Amino acid sequence: MTYADWFREDRLPHIYCVGCGNGTVINCTLSAVDQMGWEKEETVFVSGIGCSSRAPGYIVTDSLHTTHGRAIAFATGIKMANPDLRVIVFTGDGDLAAIGGNHFIHACRRNIDLTVVCMNNMIYGMTGGQGSPTTPPGALSTTTPYGSGEAAFDLCGLAAAAGANYVARYTSYHVKELTRAVRGGLENPGFSFIEALVQCPTNYGRRNKFRQVMDQIEYFKSHALLVQKADRMREEGKKIPDDMIIIGILARRNRPALGVRK
Amino acid sequence: MQGNTACAEGALAAGCRFFGGYPITPSTEVAEHMALKLPKTGGVFIQMEDEIASIAAVIGASWTGVRAMTATSGPGFSLMMENLGFAVITETPCVVVNIQRGGPSTGQPTMAAQGDMLQCRFGSHGDYSVIALSPASVQEMYDLTAEAFNLSDRFRVPVFVMADEIIGHMREKLVVPDTVPRQERKLLKKGDLPFRAGDDLVPGFPTFGKGYSVHVTGLTHDERGYPCATSPSVHEDLVNRLVDKVESARDAISSADIVNPDARVVFISYGAPSRAVQQVLHDTSRDDIGHLRLKLVWPFAESLLSRFPDAETFIVPELNLGQMAREIQRHTDRTVIPVPKLGGALHNPSDLAGLLEEVA
Repeated sequence: MTYADWFREDRLPHIYCVGCGNGTVINCTLSAVDQMGWEKEETVFVSGIGCSSRAPGYIVTDSLHTTHGRAIAFATGIKMANPDLRVIVFTGDGDLAAIGGNHFIHACRRNIDLTVVCMNNMIYGMTGGQGSPTTPPGALSTTTPYGSGEAAFDLCGLAAAAGANYVARYTSYHVKELTRAVRGGLENPGFSFIEALVQCPTNYGRRNKFRQVMDQIEYFKSHALLVQKADRMREEGKKIPDDMIIIGILARRNRPALGVRK
Repeated sequence: MQGNTACAEGALAAGCRFFGGYPITPSTEVAEHMALKLPKTGGVFIQMEDEIASIAAVIGASWTGVRAMTATSGPGFSLMMENLGFAVITETPCVVVNIQRGGPSTGQPTMAAQGDMLQCRFGSHGDYSVIALSPASVQEMYDLTAEAFNLSDRFRVPVFVMADEIIGHMREKLVVPDTVPRQERKLLKKGDLPFRAGDDLVPGFPTFGKGYSVHVTGLTHDERGYPCATSPSVHEDLVNRLVDKVESARDAISSADIVNPDARVVFISYGAPSRAVQQVLHDTSRDDIGHLRLKLVWPFAESLLSRFPDAETFIVPELNLGQMAREIQRHTDRTVIPVPKLGGALHNPSDLAGLLEEVA
């Protein structure tokens, strides 16, 4: 099989805008799932509300498209009731970190054996471009017309601090690395969190000086800093600019986990 | 045994194997007993981070094919409303026990009320229908909780056990039956569309992990389960079926005790106030007094009213400001007298007897 065999073809075409980064993350995730050799019958995709959360509807496994912010709580019920199922959650920055923040940190704390893939486009895309908990300070959105005055969440730092076994961050530029990172999450027992920064040309890019799709992807490329290099810079006393995106495997450990297949 | 413990025992006897919950007075003993017993039956107890997560986990668990439940009270019940609507539109069997306390808001955590009777019927957004039971004894906490799972699996709707603090914390003798009747969830036939229903209006259940490849969404969906949120006819057909599958069965599933069908004056009650009414009937020497005690409250079967053809007056004592009395009023041209009671104390039988003398 290839990742293409996992698509629910009679649901295409999809709803994503031209240039959207979500498709890259879906492809990377399905490639990773395919590499694992998992059966469709044993795999369940769960999501909440938003652009990211439409993904399970295009995948030909059992899937649960739930309420805003609650995907991880639904997934917890599925995984605890039947640990034999492989459960993957697709979510976005608003879904996960705003309305769903409490479920996120508690799932990390429980270290329940889920893999959560967050498509972080730093904006509420589906509702037309409102500021989210990961909108960078100063960035423009329909609800931050004078620039966001709030700090942005470090989702990976949050997950690692709350107890997740596996935490990684890449972007839609880093296709091979992202695929490997998702696979690492699927392999690692316990809670795995993979953040994928994605471009949203329709609602983020055009308001924030990324006039072309490639402009934001180029930004991800030029501002990505591998975690090992960042660590080295810190050791050498060098300052890491605030706008750098720390990428790589940020946590990998084997703490006791919940809901692991026996 | 305590009512809340009997509720948990009834659930276990019915084969409940998943409980997701959050502590809240006066329902907590249900969760505590499930935490004690479920691991010994191969089941799963999980204490979630709030009631929103609790009902979400219950719904998720139900899709793996297990019987799943939660228990809560007013504030937690309010938090569950959005996901209960999700259970309705995705047709997910689940049982929700509400040991009602005084509201609104934090209100009276340790005092009884029946203030959530309309919320359980109408509390989530949009049009829908559900099933609600109301136990009036420790025995019924056991029996009706077990029955709730059968109704939930049969109709694929959330079923509520709308108890109250008095019944939940009361201690009475419980007779545990050797077995409880069990009606299994009808499974989807392979090849059938997952949300196409037959004459009973209830589609077969496509359990996760069995190769159905079913997409389940809270969006309005067609019979394949695919989102179809802008077609007026798809939405109208779906919502009408979700309502009709319950409402068309309301006589078939109605459950009530009927005392003295020849009565001129009839008490209608459910839950704890039934105990005060039973005392009135026990004490009175009159033979024109009747009692309709609802065990299944929603959907309200108005045909029950015609079981009292000579009734001139219905008296409806409730621990609220007349929530079910309003429902009864709209189904009859006879006099309906609500007897509202707030504060947590039960109606005094002598007060109800006094009212009886005033009425007729």
